[in-house]
Amino acid sequence: MSISISNISKSYGEVTALSNISFDVKPGELFGLIGPDGAGKTTLFRILTTLLIADEGQAMVADYDVLNDYRSIRKSVGYMPGRFSLYQDLTVEENLNFFATIFGTTIEENYDLIKDIYVQIEPFKNRRAGKLSGGMKQKLALSCALIHKPKVLFLDEPTTGVDPVSRKEFWEMLKRLQKTGITILVSTPYMDEAALCDRIALIQDGKILEIDKPEAIVKHFPKSLYNISADDMYNLFVSLTNYEHTYSVFPFGEFVHYTDKRDLIDTAIVATYLEEQGLTDVQIAKTQPTIEDTFMELAK
Amino acid sequence: MKRFVGFVRKEFYHIYRDKRSLFILFGMPIVQILLFGFAISNEINNVDIAILDQANDVTSKEIINKIAASKHFSVVDVIHQESSIENIFKKGKVKAVLQFENNFGNNLVKENNASVQILTDATDPNMASAISNYIASILQNYQQESNKNVSIDYQIVARSRMVYNSELKSVYMFVPGVMTVILMLVSAMMTSISITREKEQGTMEILLVSPLKPFQVIIGKVFPYIFLSVINAIIIVLLSIFVFNVPVEGSIFLLAIESVLFIITSLALGILISTISATQQTAMMISLMGLMLPTILLSGFIFPISSMPVPLQVISNIIPAKWFIIIVKGIMLKGIGIGYILKETLILFIMTLLFIGISVKKYKIRLE
Repeated sequence: MSISISNISKSYGEVTALSNISFDVKPGELFGLIGPDGAGKTTLFRILTTLLIADEGQAMVADYDVLNDYRSIRKSVGYMPGRFSLYQDLTVEENLNFFATIFGTTIEENYDLIKDIYVQIEPFKNRRAGKLSGGMKQKLALSCALIHKPKVLFLDEPTTGVDPVSRKEFWEMLKRLQKTGITILVSTPYMDEAALCDRIALIQDGKILEIDKPEAIVKHFPKSLYNISADDMYNLFVSLTNYEHTYSVFPFGEFVHYTDKRDLIDTAIVATYLEEQGLTDVQIAKTQPTIEDTFMELAK
Repeated sequence: MKRFVGFVRKEFYHIYRDKRSLFILFGMPIVQILLFGFAISNEINNVDIAILDQANDVTSKEIINKIAASKHFSVVDVIHQESSIENIFKKGKVKAVLQFENNFGNNLVKENNASVQILTDATDPNMASAISNYIASILQNYQQESNKNVSIDYQIVARSRMVYNSELKSVYMFVPGVMTVILMLVSAMMTSISITREKEQGTMEILLVSPLKPFQVIIGKVFPYIFLSVINAIIIVLLSIFVFNVPVEGSIFLLAIESVLFIITSLALGILISTISATQQTAMMISLMGLMLPTILLSGFIFPISSMPVPLQVISNIIPAKWFIIIVKGIMLKGIGIGYILKETLILFIMTLLFIGISVKKYKIRLE
């Protein structure tokens, strides 16, 4: 196993950040840790990168124990913290050079690994890191985390605050990186990114809700899910919230995602109810649950 | 070794690109030494005084002329009633008023007893007592001159000679002090800020998850500042020699060695501060309040330690600056060799080891 976590717990005083977390990440896997802010993702990353000590439980990274072999782990992993943590007053090239040097390597030696990413920021190599755009900062940070050819790569919310186009590019890069055999553990609050991972763990309030392949995770959704739309979306949402048969209702893009308490329903009954509430142009269609729906359901 | 060089190069980039710290590093020493050297002075020069001469006779006139002729005083006002004295002080025009009693000359000759009153504005106590001493000595001088031909059986004449600084220049006293303060400030504050900046900006997190060992990070951080502080020390010494004509009586080499020792003491203190503060602001506040103030007030730089209350005298012993000032004064002004400052050197050395020991113990290899 590239990463194996067993029964890890961690609390800050009264606040429990992680409680009894266990999972494994296989070599070469792209594993996603999906959860909202404050779920405990960063704490788990810090424990795995030897920055924090867990209160209970054990964890191994690249076959080293996080507590006793922390020096070996620090040599063999790449870590990209959630906050942009490079030297803002150093240029792109100087940052990369610095990280190559402290890991005892050179840019040339591992250029193949980062080439894909670095060529995109190379035109700006004499620009100070602090003056880069959000997407370019992430690319530089990833290059710096990769420059020593790590066995395991930890990316803590790499796409937070990055525009949609750069996010898409970033995930394409991760997919390509994965082909070189690097194990990647990535966390994100964006559910749409979860589908791009090999396996994901849904995490909330320091607890793992579910671990599975993204396409399998949605099978854990227990109900039939409907897309409903109408002319007045706000009124639609309020009406459904007050409906006696409603099991769950969430706004979802241009629709409302709706589940019913009854197992089998005639959508016409719901439509009639909604029209009674003064709504027009009511459309109801069955749809496939997404990871977000599953998460919301599991997190209930 | 390559790692170390890479790290130090990065530090120089930081310093070079941060114009504000560059200014603190090199602008402040020059400004401070010039300020202390030129503006701040304990010497009495051209102090404005007023005269209230109720006698208005030959003797009083002679004395007034003598005082007016000295470079220390200038008589800017002559008043005629005692009631004007308070008024003239309130206006702040003069620092002192010299009052001669009625029949001053007569009393002096006939009754051998005449009195002059010296009134000084003691809102500035040091100045006031200096003024009254100066005037008293002029009066005494006058008396001795006029009694030249009269033989008095017993007379004690005090002849004082100021050694090591015969002209009583205050810049002699300030140079060692300013040098100490600046080296302390640059070394301790700048290192503590530069280490805490890594914590604040999150880069410490990445440095921790790297093969760099704690001592490599610390030495890498400190090394550029040793270099810069040495340059600073050289600038200060050159300024004091060529602008203020302060002599360096002792060995320059010894002065250099002792300065490097003190720089390392200050850097160790800076590292210690950075291990206990999480942000640059805290580090700066601790450096300013915890180091600068004691360094200026309790080290003997401005206020003599021997005239402090006993508890403060005891506290002054733990202030590294006190020992360094003794060393610098010794070498620059008295020209003494290492034999005379062995104790002070040893104390600084032990303090340095202590600070480094505590810092290494307190340095965090993780985030908490």
